[in-house]
Amino acid sequence: MKQFDYVRPATVAEAVAAAVQPGAAYLAAGTNLLDLMKGGVSRPDRLVDVTHLDGLDAIETLADGSLRIGALVSNADLAHDPVFARSYPAVAEALLSGASAQLRNAATVGGNLLQRTRCAYFYDTASRCNKREAGSGCDARDGENRGHAVLGWSDSCIATHPSDFCVPLVALDAVVEIEGKSGRREIALDELHCLPGNSPERESALEPGDIVVAVRLPPAARGFAAHARYLKVRDRTSYAFAVVSAAAALRIENGKVAEARIALGGVAAKPWRVRAAEDVLRGVAPTADAFQEAAWRALTDAKPSGDNAFKIELARRIVMRALTLAAAGTPARLPALPASPFAATSGAIHA
Amino acid sequence: MPELNLTSAPAHIRHGSNIGQPLTRRDGVLKVTGQATYAADNHLPGMLFAVIAVSSIAHGRVVSLDVTAAKRHPGVVDVMTPDHKPQLAIDPEIKTNPFVFRMEALQSNEVRYANQPIAVVIAETLEAATEGAVLLAPRYESLPPLVGLDAGESFVPPVVGVGNPTENHLGDVEAGLASAEKQIDATYETPPQYHNAMEPHAIVVQWDGDRLSVDMPTQGLVLSLARIAELFGIAHDKIHIRSPFLGGGFGSKGLMGGPPVLGIMAAKLVGRPIKLVLRREQMYGPVGHRAPTRQRLRIGADGEGRLTALDHHARTVSSTFDDFYEPAADASHTLYAAPAIRTSHDAVRVNTGTPLFMRAPGEATGSIALESAIDEMAWACGMDPLAFRLKNYAEVEPISGKPFSSKALRACYEQGAARFGWAKRSLQARQMRDDAGLLVGWGMGTATFPALMFQAEARAAIRRDGTGVMEIGAHDMGQGAWTALAQIAADAVGLDIDRVTFKAGTSDLPDAGIAGGSAHTATAGAAIHSAGAAVIAKLADLATGDERSPLFGAGNAGVIARDGRLIRRDDESRGESYAEILARAGVAEVEARGTGAPNPAAMEEYAMHAHGAVFAEVKVDPELGQIRVSRMVGAFAAGRIVNPRMVQSQLFGGMIWGMSFALHEEAITDRRTGRIMNANLGEYHVPVNADVPPLDVITVDEHDPHVNALGIKGVGEIGITGSAGAVANAVWHATGVRVRRFPIRIEDLLTQS
Amino acid sequence: MNHSISLTVNGARRDFVLDDPRVTLLDLLRERLHLTGTKKGCDRGQCGACTILVDGKRINSCLALAVSHDGADILTIEGVARGDQLHPVQAAFIAHDGFQCGFCTPGQIMSAIGMMQEAQAGSDPERIRECMSGNLCRCGAYAGIVDAVLDAQGQMDESNQRRSA
Ligand SMILES: Cc1cc2nc3c(=O)[nH]c(=O)nc-3n(C[C@H](O)[C@H](O)[C@H](O)COP(=O)(O)OP(=O)(O)OC[C@H]3O[C@@H](n4cnc5c(N)ncnc54)[C@H](O)[C@@H]3O)c2cc1C
Ligand code: SF4
Ligand code: FES
Ligand code: FES
Repeated sequence: MKQFDYVRPATVAEAVAAAVQPGAAYLAAGTNLLDLMKGGVSRPDRLVDVTHLDGLDAIETLADGSLRIGALVSNADLAHDPVFARSYPAVAEALLSGASAQLRNAATVGGNLLQRTRCAYFYDTASRCNKREAGSGCDARDGENRGHAVLGWSDSCIATHPSDFCVPLVALDAVVEIEGKSGRREIALDELHCLPGNSPERESALEPGDIVVAVRLPPAARGFAAHARYLKVRDRTSYAFAVVSAAAALRIENGKVAEARIALGGVAAKPWRVRAAEDVLRGVAPTADAFQEAAWRALTDAKPSGDNAFKIELARRIVMRALTLAAAGTPARLPALPASPFAATSGAIHA
Repeated sequence: MPELNLTSAPAHIRHGSNIGQPLTRRDGVLKVTGQATYAADNHLPGMLFAVIAVSSIAHGRVVSLDVTAAKRHPGVVDVMTPDHKPQLAIDPEIKTNPFVFRMEALQSNEVRYANQPIAVVIAETLEAATEGAVLLAPRYESLPPLVGLDAGESFVPPVVGVGNPTENHLGDVEAGLASAEKQIDATYETPPQYHNAMEPHAIVVQWDGDRLSVDMPTQGLVLSLARIAELFGIAHDKIHIRSPFLGGGFGSKGLMGGPPVLGIMAAKLVGRPIKLVLRREQMYGPVGHRAPTRQRLRIGADGEGRLTALDHHARTVSSTFDDFYEPAADASHTLYAAPAIRTSHDAVRVNTGTPLFMRAPGEATGSIALESAIDEMAWACGMDPLAFRLKNYAEVEPISGKPFSSKALRACYEQGAARFGWAKRSLQARQMRDDAGLLVGWGMGTATFPALMFQAEARAAIRRDGTGVMEIGAHDMGQGAWTALAQIAADAVGLDIDRVTFKAGTSDLPDAGIAGGSAHTATAGAAIHSAGAAVIAKLADLATGDERSPLFGAGNAGVIARDGRLIRRDDESRGESYAEILARAGVAEVEARGTGAPNPAAMEEYAMHAHGAVFAEVKVDPELGQIRVSRMVGAFAAGRIVNPRMVQSQLFGGMIWGMSFALHEEAITDRRTGRIMNANLGEYHVPVNADVPPLDVITVDEHDPHVNALGIKGVGEIGITGSAGAVANAVWHATGVRVRRFPIRIEDLLTQS
Repeated sequence: MNHSISLTVNGARRDFVLDDPRVTLLDLLRERLHLTGTKKGCDRGQCGACTILVDGKRINSCLALAVSHDGADILTIEGVARGDQLHPVQAAFIAHDGFQCGFCTPGQIMSAIGMMQEAQAGSDPERIRECMSGNLCRCGAYAGIVDAVLDAQGQMDESNQRRSA
C-alpha cells in the first residue's frame, strides 16, 4: 500500500476542504477502499477519514415522512433497524444479502453507494483498464467477462456496479445528499452513478471533495412495504456478489397494480431502473402474463458484452420471479437466506 | 519452543482402550483460545519482514526491477534479486530425487508462469516490505504464453501421479465397445483448482552461523529438511524445523517449494531473522495446484446392464519446466468390473506453476468423470444407478485381478442407500419437486481411495515413574494426529493416554514420513505400534528374566501390557507395574524404536483400497438455475477407525470438497496472458457455511488383516471421491441437464425452464 | 507522521504511537502487539479468519485501519476465556469438533460470539449457517461449527433463563 497522509477532519466542511485536492480519498469503513489500496488499484496520497464526523450516523424520519439515513450508518445497523426494515423491506433484504455479517457491520451507507466495480481486470493492475487508467484500453472486452454488463455498457467499459443496496434504493427513488465545495446539493440516486460512455474513469456525479452525507427515501417509498422483494442469484449460497439481481416493489390497490418499481443489479455500471417495465404494470392485475410482459420490457435494450448472453435471459427470469414474490406479499420476517432463491426452505419432496 | 501443553478437552470420553474412542482433540484448547502457534505466529528479536514480488506475465523474462525505488521506501532494508542473493549449494533446477520439484529461487530472470517469485523485498515492517515489492515495478520481455488443454503438441508422459504407468489395459476395449448394446462416449472437463489452505504458506527463519532454525508448516518434515540441507549445503543435524500445527495443507505443503527457500535465503542475505508469508494471491502459482483435465469416457454395456468395456482417457497439463501429471484415468482401475478396460493419459505443457498433489490427486478428477459416465450409462440402460453399480461390482480388482484385502463396499451401498432413502428415487430426471417448487434431484457416486503405506519410524520409552514417551515427527494438518496418534501410542505402550507424553511436529524426532496419500495415520501408527511393542518387549525381558519379579519365567507364556502393568497372559493375577520393574532393574528408562512400512508381500497378493458410497440431494431453482445441495449421506469402509469423531470430520471435509468440485471451485485463466483472474478467496469460490447442508457419515465396520498391523486404511481423501460425482449426478436428476464441464454453473442449467 | 492512538484490547487500555498509518488492526494485533490468535487468511475481507469484535461488533480486522479505530474497544480470541474457564462457544467448538486445522477457528469463534450478540439467528440452523457464512473453513468443519453454535446458544439461553427466573 502506498504511503499516504492520514487526516481526520472534525467537521464536514473540514473534510471537504481536505478532500478537494487531487489524490485525496474519503475513507469510510475501508472495506472497499483498503481492499483496492492493498491491490494497488487505488493509490491515494491522502486519506480523509470521515468515520469520526459527528451527525452522519442517524436514521431519522423527517416531517414530510421521508427517511433520512446518515452516510455513516452501517449496513447492518440500517438493515436491522426495525422501523426501516418494516418500511423498506426490500432494501433491508438487499443489504442483508450483501457481503458477510462482518463486512455489513463495518460497511457504511456512503461507502456502499460508492464502492467500485469488481471487474477482475480493474483489480488486476497488469491489465489494461480504462476505468483505472483512462485511455489504456479494456482487457475485459475480450477476456473473461461472464459477469460483465448487458445493459448500458460501451466499448470502453463493460463493468458492472456491484452494490445490492443500491438496487432497491434506486427503485424507490432514493435521493443522495451531497456536500461539496459550493455547499449542499442533492441528486437522485439514479443520477449518482455514470454509465461508461467514452469516459469510464468517471464513475459518479461527485466532484472532487464532494461527500455523501445522507441518503433519503421519499415518503412515497413507504407505500410499497407490503409488496417488496429483492432477489439475488449467486454462484454460491452466500458471501458472493450477484450474478444478476432484481428489486421489485408493487403498490397493489383493489386487485390492481397501482404502481410498480423494478430495478436490476449486476447488469450495468449503475443500479438499473427499468421504468418501461414498470409502466407495463400500471393499472393491470398482478398476473403472471403481466409480469412476463414486464420482464421482457425490462431487457429489451440488453445485449451481451461478451460471454454473458445468459445474463439477459437470467435477468428476465429474475424480474419475473421478483415480481411474483412481491405480489405474494412481503414476508413477516426476512427469510433465513435473504434474497436467495432458496429463501423458503422446505422439507417435503414430491415426486 | 516450549513444549506443547496439550490437554484433555472438556468432553473427554474414554472407556477401556484408547483406539476407537471418540476423544476430543487434545490440541483443542490451544486452538480455541488462539494459543496454537502456526508458523507465521512466531516472532524473533530483530526479525525483518520479507515480501515476495511475483511476475504478472506468464512467459518471458524480467528485464528490469526498480530496486532503487524500493530501497528508497522508508524501512526497506534490502531487495533480493537474481543478481543479489546468497548462492545456493546446488542448482534448484536439479532433481535429486523424484520428490524434488523444480522451484524458483531467483536463479534467473526467466519467467515460466504468472505469479512466479521474481524478487524479495526485506524491510523493518510488513507495510514497508509490501509496498517495496510494488515499487519494484518490473518490466518484462514477454513471450506468448501457453494456456489451456490444447496449448500445444500433446505427448504421453512416462508416468502419471507418483510413478504410475501412463496406460493400463485389460482385454480388448474396442471389441468390447463394438459388441455393446449401449454405448456412452462422453467428454468431461475439470478446471485447475488451488489448494487454498486457510493458512498461507509461511516461514520464520533464523540463521545462527551455519545452524538454521525454521518455523514453517510442512506435511513432510524430514523431506523438507533434506531439501533445505542440500540447497544450502549444510548438515541435517544443523537444521531444526518446527511444524506443530498446519493451517491445512491438502498437498500444497508436502514438498519444499520456492517461497520458504526464498525466506531462508533472505535471512542469509541480511543476517537477521526473517518472516515471510505468502499473500493469498501468491498461492496461485508457486505452491502447486490440481491440473485441469479433459477426460473422454467410452463405455459399453450389454443388454442386461453389464459392462463390456471401459475406456478412460485423460488429457492434462504440466508446467513447461517440470513434470507432474494428474493421474485422472487411474480412477477407473479399481471400481467396476469389465472384461475390457483401458486407461490412458496424455498431456500438454503450459505456462503454469507445476501442478501437484491436491487432496485425492487423480482420484478426485477421475472420479467425477467416471461416476458421471457410469450414471449416464445406468440411465442409458434404464437402470437405477445403484442397481447398475451393483451389477458391475468388482469382486476382484478389475485390471490386476487381485483379490481385495477387504472390501465392504456392498455394505456401504446398502447402509448409505437405506439412510438416504434411495429406494424412493424416480428413475427419470426432473420428476421431483419440493413444497417450494424447487427441482429436487438425487445422485450417487462410489468412493474409492488406495490404502497406502509409506515409511516411518518412532521411538518409544517407558520411564521410571511408569509413564511413557512416544516420539515421532508426525504432522497435524487438521486430521488430528495429536490425538489419533497419541491414542495409538497409548495402546502401544499399555498406558492411559494421559500418562504418555506424545511428541510430534519437529524435525529432530524420528521420521514419520510424509503426511499425504491418506497414509499418515496408518504409517505413523504402524511405527508407533511397533515401537510400543518393542519397548514393552524390552520391559518384559527385564521382568521375566528377574527372579524377584512375579513375571519371572513368563517368557514363553508371554505378557500383556495394560494400564501401566505387565501381566502374565496365562494368569492375569500375576503382574507388576512398569515403575516397579524399572525401579528394581535400576534403570531410568527403557527405550526402543519401531518402523512402519508397506508390506511388499501383502501388496503383491492383495489390492488394498478404502471404499464408500455417497448419496446427495440437490435443489435447483427451475427457472433461475441456482443450485444448492440439501443433504448428503456418505457410507465409508476404511478399515479400523482410530477416532470416530475425527474420522467423521475428515469425511465431512472430503464430502464438502466433493461438492465444491462439482459446483464451485475453478481457477479462471485469461487465455491471452495466462494470468489467473480470480486468484483470491472472493471469486475463487469454496463453499461457505450456507452451502453446506446437514451431512451424514456412516462408517462401515471393516477388519483388514493385510493393510498393516493396525488395519487402518486412511480417510483423508476418499470423501471427495464419489461425492463430486454424486452431486453432479443429482443435478442431472433434478434438471435433466447433463453438464460435463465442472464446476456446474447457473448458465448450464438455464437452457430449459 | 506519527499517530498516537489508544485502544482497549481485551480489557486493557493500550496507548501507543503508530509510525505508519497503513497498519491495519490485524497487523497491529499480530505483528506489533504479538496477539497472534487472530489469523490472516486473505487480508482482503474474503475469508473471515481475522474476525474480531470492535465495540462489540464483529468485523474483518484486515480491512480496518488501526488509526481510524482510535478509541475502540477490541476483543480478540485471546480475551474470550476467563482464565482456564473456556467461553461456552469455545467449549462447544471442542465438543462438536468444530474445527480441524484450527486456522479459521479464532475467526469462527469471534464471529459466533458476535452473531449471538446480534441476536438475529437464534437457534435456527439455517439462519446460523447464513450468519456464519462470512467465515470460510477450508477443512470443511461447518457441520461441527453449526452444532457448536446451537449448543452454545442453547446453554446461554438456559443460563439467561436461570438468571431471569
Ligand atoms: C469480500 C467482499 C464481499 C462483498 N460482497 C458484497 C455484496 O455481495 N454486495 C454488496 O453490495 N457489496 C459487497 N461488498 C462490498 C461492500 O458492500 C463495500 O465494501 C462496502 O459497502 C463499502 O463501504 P465502506 O464504508 O467500507 O466504504 P469504503 O471502502 O471506506 O469506501 C468505498 C468508496 O466510497 C468512498 N466513500 C465512502 N464514504 C463516502 C462518503 N460519505 N462520501 C463520498 N465518498 C465516500 C470512498 O472514498 C471509497 O472510494 C463486498 C465486499 C467484500 C470485501
Ligand atoms: S470493463 Fe471497465 S473496469 Fe473492467 S477492464 Fe474494462 S474498462 Fe476496466
Ligand atoms: S484475513 Fe481478513 S477476511 Fe481474510
Ligand atoms: S479448521 Fe481448517 S480452515 Fe477451518
